Amino acid sequence: MSLTVDSVTKKFRRFPALNGASFVAPQGSFVSLLGPSGSGKTTLLRILGGLEFADSGSVRFADLNWLDMPARTRNPGFVFQQYALFKHMTVADNIAFGLKVRPRSKRPSKSEIQDRVKSLLDLVQLPGLEQRYPSQLSGGQRQRVALARALAIEPRMLLLDEPFGALDAKVRKELRADLRRIHDHAGVTTVFVTHDQEEAFAVADLVAVMKDGRIEQYGAPADVRRNPRTPFVSEFLSV
Amino acid sequence: MKKRYLKPTEDPLWLKLILGAVTIGFIAVLLLLPLVLMFKEALANGLNGFWASMTEPDALASVRLSLIAAAIAVPLNTVFGIAAAWAIAKYDFRGKTFLVTLIDLPFSVSPVVAGLIYVLVFGMQGWLGPTLADHDVRILFALPGIVLVTIFVTFPFVARELIPLMVDQGRDEEEAAATLGASGFQTFLRVTLPNIKWGLLYGILLCNARALGEFGAVSVVSGHIRGVTNTMPLHVQLLYDNYDYAGAFTVAALLAMLALLTLALKSLLEWRYADELAAAHRR
Ligand SMILES: Nc1ncnc2c1ncn2[C@@H]1O[C@H](COP(=O)(O)OP(=O)(O)OP(=O)(O)O)[C@@H](O)[C@H]1O
Ligand SMILES: [Mg+2]
Repeated sequence: MSLTVDSVTKKFRRFPALNGASFVAPQGSFVSLLGPSGSGKTTLLRILGGLEFADSGSVRFADLNWLDMPARTRNPGFVFQQYALFKHMTVADNIAFGLKVRPRSKRPSKSEIQDRVKSLLDLVQLPGLEQRYPSQLSGGQRQRVALARALAIEPRMLLLDEPFGALDAKVRKELRADLRRIHDHAGVTTVFVTHDQEEAFAVADLVAVMKDGRIEQYGAPADVRRNPRTPFVSEFLSV
Repeated sequence: MKKRYLKPTEDPLWLKLILGAVTIGFIAVLLLLPLVLMFKEALANGLNGFWASMTEPDALASVRLSLIAAAIAVPLNTVFGIAAAWAIAKYDFRGKTFLVTLIDLPFSVSPVVAGLIYVLVFGMQGWLGPTLADHDVRILFALPGIVLVTIFVTFPFVARELIPLMVDQGRDEEEAAATLGASGFQTFLRVTLPNIKWGLLYGILLCNARALGEFGAVSVVSGHIRGVTNTMPLHVQLLYDNYDYAGAFTVAALLAMLALLTLALKSLLEWRYADELAAAHRR
């Protein structure tokens, strides 16, 4: 169940946002996408999640032709930078959403859903907040809820777009440690977009440095740091 | 004594008093006073007279016609408004600004013109008129014509209310719903609709008020057949022109009461769901 991204391209009007991005992530690995603003990180992640369509190239995941499947059957666990929590629902209803919209035959019972919500809140370390509304939570708490909601559907792939971008340094550190723990626990393949290289190198098994819609270098954090392959990468990492 | 400082956004007392007095004065003189006078006039012949004017068959017929026209126009425009706002807020396509301008058209066109447009289309000298007459279909001077112009003049209300709201909300929550496995319809029902319900309600109320109150456009296509094609506003004018002031004011008071009822309903809902409203406004 590895993830293979092969020469994916995407143009917005005439502007090329992705210029043949390729990488292979083994099953269960944690990949950080790193790169300057506008290098195509979000675009690539949204294509993986089914929120955007590629012009050409292919993506295979778990031996499926990923790009041919609509977002709702891919069931990626997607975490957005601006949380995108359902404002009018309680924390419990937010987390349960993905389970409640399942067809009746696959839907867990009410009490099962309740138990799931509770154990997910424990997992993201927010026990007892079921009845709060998103507006009554701090930014860090909201992102934890968003993570719990994404995990509720038992995704095989976890996609996060600068999930901690709006949070302060201390909270970021806590959350990324928790994220790594949850990733290992759930056995998912994770693609994590960030522009914070310290964060990317600290948490990931593999780092992809992007530039102008391409992946400039891809490898284990230590290798990338030790042997930057292009002047761009070495300059980007030295900042 | 401790000196009291003004916050940067706080105005001095005299300004608050003047602005408050101006607002209340305006509302009292231009709105409340005439309303009170109207009800007083309607009751000129006592409660019995009021009741007699209200239950008079032609008056009842006008009430029924107005309610039927609104009952058809408002749901249709609600569906249309949601569809239009959805398309405009959630999709990118060429000619979007033009579409928004078109939706506004009924606001900028005089209602009389709106009525005349339909005469041009459906009148005997008009474009479809003769064909329809051959098939015994009556549009003008009948319920269909009245409903059509009512739809025309009220169609921006719901869309206008929803478009800025839905543009502002963006697609984030819908995208989240899609990745969680929700179908388009589930997303609409569980995510989009709850997010827009207050704006939607307000749009529907405004649409309804206008549908009941529309005069100009309906006047052109109705034919003014007493007790048959006269809506409430048209009936008011007919009574007024016949010097039946008590009758005119009675029906007018009824019309005003329908409007007040709508407002009361809105306030009631706002009061009942105050917590939820506050939660939705906070981010
Ligand atoms: N919907 C869109 N329409 C037009 N151009 C777009 C659209 N989305 C992205 N782009 C362009 O594609 C390029 C890549 O954007 P993308 O959002 O993937 O960058 P990013 O690496 O995520 O940047 P950041 O770190 O600032 O989030 C940018 O130049 C952007 O302007
Ligand atoms: Mg981005």
